[in-house]
Amino acid sequence: MKNTINHTTHIITHTLKPITTDALSIETLSLLKTNGSLYPEAVCPTIDQKTAVKIYHTMQFIRLLDDRMQACQRQGRISFYMQCLGEEAAVTGSAAGLHQQDMIFAQYREQAALHYRGFTLQQFMNQLFSNQLDLGKGRQMPVHYGSADLNYMTISSPLATQIPQASGYAYGQRLRKDPYCTLCYFGEGAASEGDFHAGLNMAAVHQAPVIFFCRNNGYAISTPTYEQFIGDGIASRGIGYGIDTLRVDGNDVLAVYAATQYARNHAMTQHKPFLIEAINYRSAAHSTSDDPIGYRTKEEEKKFSTNNAFYRYETFLIQKNWIDLKEEIERTEQIKQDILTDVKRAEKIEKPIIDQMIEDVYDKPTTQLFNQLDDLKKHIQHYPELYSHVH
Amino acid sequence: MNMLNALNNALDLAMSKHPHMCILGEDVGFFGGVFRITKDLQKKYGEDRVFNTPLTEQGIIGFANGLAATGIPVIAEIQFADYMFPAFDQLVNETAKYRYRTGGEFNVGALTVRSPYGGGIAGGLYHSQSPEAYYAHTPGLKIVIPRDPYQAKGLLLSAISDPNPVLFFEPKKLYRTSKSDVLDTYYSLPLGVADIIQTGTDITIVAWGAQVEVIQKAAKMALEQDNISIELIDLRSILPWDIQTVTDSVKKTGRLIINHEAPITNGFGSEIAATVQLECFLSLEAPIMRVCGLDIPFPFCHEKEYLPDHLKTYEMIKRSMRY
Ligand SMILES: Cc1ncc(C[n+]2csc(CCOP(=O)(O)OP(=O)(O)O)c2C)c(N)n1
Repeated sequence: MKNTINHTTHIITHTLKPITTDALSIETLSLLKTNGSLYPEAVCPTIDQKTAVKIYHTMQFIRLLDDRMQACQRQGRISFYMQCLGEEAAVTGSAAGLHQQDMIFAQYREQAALHYRGFTLQQFMNQLFSNQLDLGKGRQMPVHYGSADLNYMTISSPLATQIPQASGYAYGQRLRKDPYCTLCYFGEGAASEGDFHAGLNMAAVHQAPVIFFCRNNGYAISTPTYEQFIGDGIASRGIGYGIDTLRVDGNDVLAVYAATQYARNHAMTQHKPFLIEAINYRSAAHSTSDDPIGYRTKEEEKKFSTNNAFYRYETFLIQKNWIDLKEEIERTEQIKQDILTDVKRAEKIEKPIIDQMIEDVYDKPTTQLFNQLDDLKKHIQHYPELYSHVH
Repeated sequence: MNMLNALNNALDLAMSKHPHMCILGEDVGFFGGVFRITKDLQKKYGEDRVFNTPLTEQGIIGFANGLAATGIPVIAEIQFADYMFPAFDQLVNETAKYRYRTGGEFNVGALTVRSPYGGGIAGGLYHSQSPEAYYAHTPGLKIVIPRDPYQAKGLLLSAISDPNPVLFFEPKKLYRTSKSDVLDTYYSLPLGVADIIQTGTDITIVAWGAQVEVIQKAAKMALEQDNISIELIDLRSILPWDIQTVTDSVKKTGRLIINHEAPITNGFGSEIAATVQLECFLSLEAPIMRVCGLDIPFPFCHEKEYLPDHLKTYEMIKRSMRY
């Protein structure tokens, strides 16, 4: 019986017995074995060859892009970079489980989802080199991508702020009767922020069709999960807020894909949020500003990185006869070439003109901003060689 | 010593002096913080006193408020000043008003909040902000910003022992680049007192933190190229600020320029200008001028154009002299 005033289940007991923290046992969904074959009792999600190969190619591309751009940062050609390595399966598999028109709010390590949507090599480069063609007008640090065309909200560095926003966006989709939902990515570290709790609770209370997708990769910079929270992962939080929840093996693309399809269906048909926790390992450094040697061992990195999601999935596709390894090796070489060529293209393009500094603060610059820009330009004319070119 | 070492040394001395003093924040434990300022302190003082927190700034400051209410000195590190805002409520409504609200029954004077602030590191919108003015609008807080390693150590030790909560903003651009001779031993520098770092007769320039270097460079240019004699003041404390030192100087020189990195509108420069025009009206030979950031979010690709650098300051010096 539901007690509608307190919104709790009314089961009276006369013995004092607390619910202990081990009362819940949350399982982890895994479909693909590490050798690329399905577990005997696993049901393979319905997936066609085209989608399956697109997922593979997305992972392939992102691994190559990350590798190259990490090197570019080391050479001083860009100031900053963050790799997706170790989480490319979780991110790509979830993006593939959505509709192209579904909205994505991401944290920053989800470039694979953006590429899956169609963000091109050139678009990545333009942002990374903050040149004139960057959709974000060069205003944010590298990896802060976004695209209205691709329904991918521009990244904001302050953690977890996207979580309640995703709830609100999804509420708007339901109100307008859009046949679409929202997916929100975040790390297990960000899940400690107040915004996470606010966002989940509001989505549950207001029945927003949003999928919360936690990338639990073991670390928030140097902080391991055992210093981040006590209790059974982030999944247990969902249940506390009255949100149906699934935990998946984040190195298993098919499991993530199946979980996201399920979650999407749940969100759309029941107008309710859903939480997915993907278990992963952040194989690379937090960012190019970080060196994990200060807080974890090489042995640990090796141990968790052997369970490589990409090769697991590749083997699955080969067994299905959906890809040809020889062709893929050629493809890999071609992508590497394309990336090198595009680095050279993007770095030659000029940065945005300084007039753009005062745009988008408001819909139109205020008089005061125009005056400030004028003063700046006059100043630059005194020292033209020391600042950006004034057009 | 660079500023990182000086701050680490100050924390070490304070930790050895107070048997229960704690340091908490994101990544400050084993790793020693993303800028390594708490390096080796966990090893030395144990995990109960130096520890990583979950990633929640409102949690960090709320927890630190409670801990400080016991009287135990607490250092709460916020990884970047741009990320203090989730804790705005705890800082503005709680930290600042603890003593007043409780009629002096309780206080959180044992709290010091440390946070790297400011631009110059290609940090874009969210790793560059200078938020001092938001907090300067809040009675009950003290705000301190050091300009070099020597100042950083002495001011941090004073902030820790001060019976009021202090926000201590560290110019992260200077962490590694700024060097000074720093004593290994305990010393303190006064809060609420500005520092005249160069005396002069023609014009006064006030700045704090990383901008002190900038006004020094501009003053050197003005002296060498135009023979202008400039008095340079490092404000050091934003709240409470040293009105006397600044107004005495302006009464002498008759001119004032204020330089800060934050956007010009409602930056702390406005407060200084308002007070100085009242106190020094009859001595002023030119309007008080400001060289500040533009009224825009801190841009990544136009950081150089945004910043109130030495050249903009130099041009403003000439303008003030010409007036
Ligand atoms: C509000 C806020 N606080 C602190 C930071 C600094 N910071 C950037 S990333 C990060 C760790 C995030 O960890 P997690 O959410 O687990 O994601 P992961 O990096 O592991 O993908 C921290 C502390 C920030 N960006 N925003």
